[in-house]
Amino acid sequence: MKQFIHDLAKLHEGQATHLLQILRDVQARFHYIPDAAIEQLAVLLSIPRTHIIGVVEFYSFLHLTPRGQYELLLSDSITDHMLGKHALFSYFAQQLQVTVGEVRGDGLVSLDNASCTGLCDQGPAGLVNGYALSRLDKPRIDQIVALINQQKPVEQWPAELFSVTDNIQKSGLLLDTPLQPGEALSALFKRGLPETLAEISQAGLRGRGGAGYTTAWKWQLCAEGSKEEGLQRYVVCNADEGEPGTFKDRVLLNSYAHQVFEGMTVCAAIINAQHGFLYLRGEYLYLVDKLQAILTERREAGLLGNNILNQGLNFDIEIRLGAGAYICGEESALIESLEGKMGIPRNRPPYPVTSGYLGKPTVVNNVETFVAATHITVNGGAWFAAVGTEQSKGSKILSISGDCARPGIYEYPFGTTIQAILQDCGASDVLGVQIGGPSGTFISDQEFARKLAFEDLATGGSFIVFNNSRNLLEVVNNFTHFFAHESCGFCTPCRVGTALLKKQLDKIMEGHGSAGDVVALEELGRLIKQHSHCGLGQTAANPVLSTLERYPELYQRQLKKISYEPGFDLDAALDIARRMANRDDAGAHLAQVDAVDIGGDYE
Amino acid sequence: MNKTITIDGKSIPFEDGQTIMDAAIAAGVYIPHLCHNPEFTPHGSCKLCTVKVNGRTCSACTFPAMEGQDVLNNTQALTDDRRRITQMLFVEGNHFCPSCEKTGNCQLQAVAYHLNMLDNHFPLFYPHREMDASHPEVMIDHNRCIFCTLCVRASQQHDGKDVFAISGRGINKHLVVNAPSGLLKETDLDVTDKAAHVCPTGAILIKRTGYQVPIGERIYDHHEIDHVSLAAAASPATAPSLAVNTEDSQHGE
Ligand SMILES: Cc1cc2nc3c(=O)[nH]c(=O)nc-3n(C[C@H](O)[C@H](O)[C@H](O)COP(=O)(O)O)c2cc1C
Ligand code: SF4
Ligand code: SF4
Ligand code: FES
Repeated sequence: MKQFIHDLAKLHEGQATHLLQILRDVQARFHYIPDAAIEQLAVLLSIPRTHIIGVVEFYSFLHLTPRGQYELLLSDSITDHMLGKHALFSYFAQQLQVTVGEVRGDGLVSLDNASCTGLCDQGPAGLVNGYALSRLDKPRIDQIVALINQQKPVEQWPAELFSVTDNIQKSGLLLDTPLQPGEALSALFKRGLPETLAEISQAGLRGRGGAGYTTAWKWQLCAEGSKEEGLQRYVVCNADEGEPGTFKDRVLLNSYAHQVFEGMTVCAAIINAQHGFLYLRGEYLYLVDKLQAILTERREAGLLGNNILNQGLNFDIEIRLGAGAYICGEESALIESLEGKMGIPRNRPPYPVTSGYLGKPTVVNNVETFVAATHITVNGGAWFAAVGTEQSKGSKILSISGDCARPGIYEYPFGTTIQAILQDCGASDVLGVQIGGPSGTFISDQEFARKLAFEDLATGGSFIVFNNSRNLLEVVNNFTHFFAHESCGFCTPCRVGTALLKKQLDKIMEGHGSAGDVVALEELGRLIKQHSHCGLGQTAANPVLSTLERYPELYQRQLKKISYEPGFDLDAALDIARRMANRDDAGAHLAQVDAVDIGGDYE
Repeated sequence: MNKTITIDGKSIPFEDGQTIMDAAIAAGVYIPHLCHNPEFTPHGSCKLCTVKVNGRTCSACTFPAMEGQDVLNNTQALTDDRRRITQMLFVEGNHFCPSCEKTGNCQLQAVAYHLNMLDNHFPLFYPHREMDASHPEVMIDHNRCIFCTLCVRASQQHDGKDVFAISGRGINKHLVVNAPSGLLKETDLDVTDKAAHVCPTGAILIKRTGYQVPIGERIYDHHEIDHVSLAAAASPATAPSLAVNTEDSQHGE
C-alpha cells in the first residue's frame, strides 16, 4: 500500500487540491481509506489528517471502514422507486445474502443506497464500483450475483449491463443544428471577442443550471473585475447534475462533448482564462475515458492547448470527478470541492466571478449553457433570441421521467405549455408534475396550461410525471429524506431543520400525526427556507410546502383525531427492559394514553 | 464623509471592509450571535445573527456593510425565528444545563435566556456522543458541541496549530482532533492555547477548575448576554471581571 499511495501522490505532484481525486483512487483500490493511507497522505500532501478525514466523511463514495470488493449501490431516486426499486433491492440483498448498508461476511460485496444516479429514463439503476448499471431487473440481478460470486472483475462483465442510451425523443434549436469541432472558435476569432460577447448578450442567454443568471453579464464581470496584469482566471463547467430527475447533461457530454468544450474555450478567450475544469459527478465515471479522448482529439486539432487556432489563445481543460455529494452542484461548494475540500458553500459576497477557484476570478456555468454559447457564437444572438419568450430566450433541454410512455430527452422552445409536453411524452391520467426536481415545484393537474419559462416554471431540466396511482406523500417523503441526506451540515437551519422535517413527516406518514403536527411542519419548512445559508436549504422544504398548499387534505387524511401526539413512544422505550427481563406479556407493555381517553374529544 | 447604515432606524457609521456585525458592535448595538467572535474570521454558520437587509435575509457577521442598507435586527419576527434556531441547537445535542459545569457561563444558554426560550419546542435527538477526557488538562464533551468552529479557528488563527476540525456531513457533523488515535491527549493542544478557552458552550472544559465560581454567581446569572458581549468588545481590558471563564478567560483569572 505504501508504494501505491506514494506513487499516487507523486502522480498528483503532491498537490492538496487533488485530494479528492487521490482519495477516489485509494477507495477504488482498497474499497476504503485506511488509517495508514491517511497518515501517509497527510505527510505527502502537507495537510492535517483532520482535513483528509473531513473529506472522507463528507463524500458518500468514500469510506473510513471497508466496503465490499464489489461496492454495489442502488439509486434511491423517486423514479427508481416508481420502477420497482424497493422490491428489487430486497431481492438483490436476498440473492447476495447481504444486509442493506453492510458488507457480506466474506468481505466480497456490500449493498447500499445512492442518491439519484442520473439514469431515471432507464432505471432502476445502480453503480458497481462507481460504474453505472442500467435497467436492473431480476434476470440482470441474477447475472450480477453470479458474476460477483465467481469474482469476475468488473471490467470483464458483459457490456450490456452498463449500456446507457441517449434516448433523445425530441430535438430542437440546439440538438438539431449540427456543428463541426472548431466551427465556433473560427467564428469567434473572425467576429472578434467583444463582438461575440455582444452576440451572447443579444441572445439573452441565461444560465441553464437553475438560477438563470444572465451568462454575458457573468462573463463580463469576470473579465472586467480586476485589471491586474497576468491574473489567472478559470472556466468551470458544472457537470454535477445531482438534481434528481435530471440527466440531460449526461446526454450532452456523451454525444455533444465537443460543443461543451468549445463553449468553455469561447468563454476562456473572452474572459482571458488559461485553465478550465469539467467538474463531473462521480456517477458519470463511465464517461471519463470517452471525454479524455475527445480532449486529446481537440488538442491534436489545435482547438485546445497552446496557441489555439494560431490565435495566441492558451487554454486547456482538466476533468475532475465528484464523489457523491449533491451540494457540490452549488457553485461555491463545487469550487471548494475542486480545491480538494469538503463541499461547503462559501459566504457571499465575494462571488466566484471575483473570487473563485484558489481565490481567482472564475466563471461557473452549466453544461447546457456552454453548448448554447457555442451555437450562439456560430449562428449569432438574433438566431437564438428568435425562439422562446420575451424573458426566456432560446430553448430548454428537459429530462423527462416517471409515468409516461416515452421517457428521455426533449428540447423545447421556452414558452411551451406543460400540457403539450405531457402529450409528447405520452403521459396520461396525470396527477401532477414535479418541475425542476425536488428543489423545484410540484404542479397539479389544474396548472398544465402553465409555461416552461424563467418567468413561470423555471427548471434545470428535471421533469418527473406522476399519474393518479401514486401516493404523493410518499413522493414528498422521498424528496425530504434526500435533502436531509444531502445537507452539508454547515448551517443550523438546514442541518437540524432538514433532519427535523424528515422526522416530522415520518411521524405523520406513520399515522402518529395530529393537527398540530401539520402546523409545525409548515412552520419548520418556512424556517428552513428563510434562514438557510444556500440554495439547498432554501429549497429543501419546497416539496412539503408546495404540496401542503395544493393538497392540504392529503396531510389531513393521515392525522389522528387528537390534538396532540407525543413524539416519544413509551412502550417502545420499554423494549430493552422487556428483553432483559425476558418478558413480553401484557403486563410488560404500557399503552400510550391518548388525550382523547383522558380529556374527552377535543374536536 | 462618514458612511452609514441604519439598524432598526438608528444611523450607524461604518468603514469599508466592516461587516454589519462589526459596525453594530462598534456602535454598541447587539446582534445575537454564537459562531462569531470578533477576534477571528467570521464563519456564518449558526445563523443566529440573521437580520433583514432591505428586505433580504442576511447573516450580519459575514455580510459587508454598504451604503444604503436598511437593517432590521430587533424585531419580533426575527427574535421568534432566532429562538427557533437556538432550539434547534439545543435538541440536536445533549444539553442538560443543570448538570453542566458551564451553566451560567454558557453563551448558548445565555442567548436562549435573551431570546426568552422556555422549552425545546422540537423533539430531542438524543444523539450518542462520546466524551474525551484523555488530555491531562482539557476535556471535550461532544454532547455540547454546536459546530461553531471557534476552537478550530482559534487553533489555526491564534495558536498557529491545527488541533480541531469539523468532519462529517449533515446531521452527522462532529468535532475531530488532530491525532492518529483521534484522542485529545495525542494532539499538541496546550491548556494555555486560546483554542481551549473559546468554546461558547460546555464542550471544551479545563480540568480542575470546575465550580470555582459557584452556580448563581456566574456571568449570565447576573448579566444579560447583550451587555456582556458589548462590554467585552468595547473594552477588553475590563471585560475579564465581567466575563470570567468565557471567551475572555485567556486574560487569566
Ligand atoms: C444545491 C444546489 C445544487 C446545484 N446543482 C447544480 C448542478 O448540478 N448543475 C448546475 O449546473 N448547477 C447547479 N446548481 C446551480 C449552480 O450553483 C450555479 O448557479 C450554476 O452552475 C451556474 O451555471 P448557469 O448560470 O450556467 O446555470 C446548484 C445549486 C444548488 C444550490
Ligand atoms: S443550507 Fe444546507 S447545504 Fe447549504 S450551507 Fe446550509 S447546511 Fe449546507
Ligand atoms: S467544541 Fe466548542 S468551540 Fe469547538 S466547535 Fe464545538 S461548540 Fe464550537
Ligand atoms: S453569528 Fe453570524 S452566523 Fe453565527
